[in-house]
Amino acid sequence: MSGSGTFLGMPSFPENAEKALQDSQLRFNLRKATHTIRGKRAAVVEELPDWQELRAAGKAIKDDALRNLDRYLLQAEEAITKAGGHVHWASDAAEANEIVTGLIRATGETRVMKVKSMATQEIGLNEALEREGITAYETDLAELIVQLGDDWPSHILVPAIHRNRSEIREIFTEHMAEWGRPAPEGLSDDPRTLADAARLHLRERFLSTKVGVSGANFLIAETGTLVVLESEGNGRMCLTLPETLISVVGIEKVLPTWRDLEVFLQLLPRSSTGERMNPYTSMWTGATEGQEFHLVLLDNGRTKVLADEIGRQALRCIRCSACLNVCPVYERVGGHAYGSVYPGPIGAILTPQLRGMASELDASLPYASSLCGACYDVCPVAIDIPEVLVHLRSKAPHAPAERLGLTAAGWVLDKPVRLERAQRLATRFRGLVPKRRLPGPGAAWTATRDVPAVPEESFRDWWQRTEEGGGR
Amino acid sequence: MRVALFITCVNDTLFPDTGKAVVTLLRRLGCEVEFPTAQTCCGQMHVNTGYRDEGVRLARHFLDVFGGYDAVVAPSGSCAAMVREQYPKLAAGMGATRAGAFASVHQGRSPFAQEVAEVTPKVYDLSEFLVDVLGVTDVGAYFPHRVTYHPTCHSLRGLKVGDRPVTLLRNVRGLELVPLPAADECCGFGGTFAVKNAGVSAAMCADKVANVMTTGAEVLCAADNSCLMHIGGTLSRQRAGVRVMHLAEILARTEAAR
Repeated sequence: MSGSGTFLGMPSFPENAEKALQDSQLRFNLRKATHTIRGKRAAVVEELPDWQELRAAGKAIKDDALRNLDRYLLQAEEAITKAGGHVHWASDAAEANEIVTGLIRATGETRVMKVKSMATQEIGLNEALEREGITAYETDLAELIVQLGDDWPSHILVPAIHRNRSEIREIFTEHMAEWGRPAPEGLSDDPRTLADAARLHLRERFLSTKVGVSGANFLIAETGTLVVLESEGNGRMCLTLPETLISVVGIEKVLPTWRDLEVFLQLLPRSSTGERMNPYTSMWTGATEGQEFHLVLLDNGRTKVLADEIGRQALRCIRCSACLNVCPVYERVGGHAYGSVYPGPIGAILTPQLRGMASELDASLPYASSLCGACYDVCPVAIDIPEVLVHLRSKAPHAPAERLGLTAAGWVLDKPVRLERAQRLATRFRGLVPKRRLPGPGAAWTATRDVPAVPEESFRDWWQRTEEGGGR
Repeated sequence: MRVALFITCVNDTLFPDTGKAVVTLLRRLGCEVEFPTAQTCCGQMHVNTGYRDEGVRLARHFLDVFGGYDAVVAPSGSCAAMVREQYPKLAAGMGATRAGAFASVHQGRSPFAQEVAEVTPKVYDLSEFLVDVLGVTDVGAYFPHRVTYHPTCHSLRGLKVGDRPVTLLRNVRGLELVPLPAADECCGFGGTFAVKNAGVSAAMCADKVANVMTTGAEVLCAADNSCLMHIGGTLSRQRAGVRVMHLAEILARTEAAR
């Protein structure tokens, strides 16, 4: 149940966050995991003297790709078609799901295996296939944990980051049998033993499934090559063993030239897993011998995002997760609170742009940040996430009470004389301001914080009294 | 040099002692300080909460008030960052979509972007002004206490003030500076975030306070009273016995004035 559809009707971010904050196990797991990856990333980024140049190059290449998307996509289509592949264009999730369902139906199969893919989660492909009687099996270890646990992913790179090993042992023991080869008897929570259990379970899957579904990290326009980076090798099994391979890829994944990989194959692994190089990089161009290949190019709101001059930089994202791992908000609430397959800072700017801000949840996402700027610092393609957050806040619907408060504050601050009067009013009644329990929205402040004492005199009045000969 | 003090609305209203300390300090260092009384607010709260039009109105007012000075000094990394880092982005963002509407409202005045380009580079956070403009790292202060320093996010990642505040503190006689663990992590204030996402904000602050307590410091120092109001409010609620002080108030203390 990992599709976008399942998040519909979720409460706003603050409500989800309050609930998550009560889960001490979750906070412990997240803190440990994010700090570990954070440290690894910092170490491998620090060792590169030209990291900032690489980052600037990554940004420039992506900006060029986005600016000339129309041309590059057609170029990629031509190259892939020439190499024996088939290219399909999907304007939204429903169309993409329909195309993939049709392609699987044509093979006569009812089971497919999947490479870890954000695009297929975004469109809720697994759920759509299930409705058509087709079972999709996740093969990425973390996605497998999520699928077996009937859970949602909570991180882009490590979707089961919210689970610790004893929870994983429990999930394997209880649910593996429902999906295929059961977990071995007496399974322990030793990481190696758990990995072995998953390996046995998945090996059976790889050898018996004839259709594979993937996404891609990059799509090279000049050659039509698709690129998948992964750590486990399970992705490569899914890409190479099946008779039919279907890849669902967002249109923003395009890179103009093969040479551009030089930059991104450095930026991505260092930013995501904190490795100099990822263990498996698979590249393929069109159909290979004995395999049929289909590429489904997915828009699903991306063209709309491209039209927003400030918001469009979110499309540069290469899904590395560095912003999640460094975010103090994400660290404390986890991914589920964001109600989207894209959690964390990037989710807070991507989800409201892709889905719009009609729901309470989506409208609350741009506010799910203290604007500390740590995400911008680590982003390998220099997405100014705080800038986009602030931009989206100006487009989000505002609650009437809040609007009233800020309009009043704006009116007071508009003229120095009004500010002065407001300050004198505050100082005159300073004794009435409670230290520990404010009314109304102020109660959220005093739940954990005392209120500073209002001074006897504002700075402005002090200045005028002492510097300008006795005020007015 | 005509130096204008941009006190910021929060300091003006709630923390006048910080403003008095800045005046004392700058005069001691030979500056002539002016306080343009027409000033109000940089507009950060409005812009960052999603009320861009109101924020831009306040930004315009700021540019009008501080236009003629050689330097504008603010005892707030966050407000200085708003002016220097966010005003240009606001101007750029208005370029295509809002320029027309904006120009018609403010006919006959120089375009917003031009004023931003002229005024904002002269706006400094206190530590930047002391170290970069005046060229002093030892301001002749005396403060015999154990102090830890929290580099607030907008000073650190917005203005990129680096180790300037720490250098200034190291040169204060009698002061024992103890490093704050995980110093660069946000305290959780975030303006209206502190109220809109109060639970997360409090959770972030709980960790910040725990780190402060491990230092054994008597005083937590920062260059932003908004963050200090948040951390200090939590310390006070917990009766932690740690005081919070703005950087300016420590730098203004001398042995003579003890």
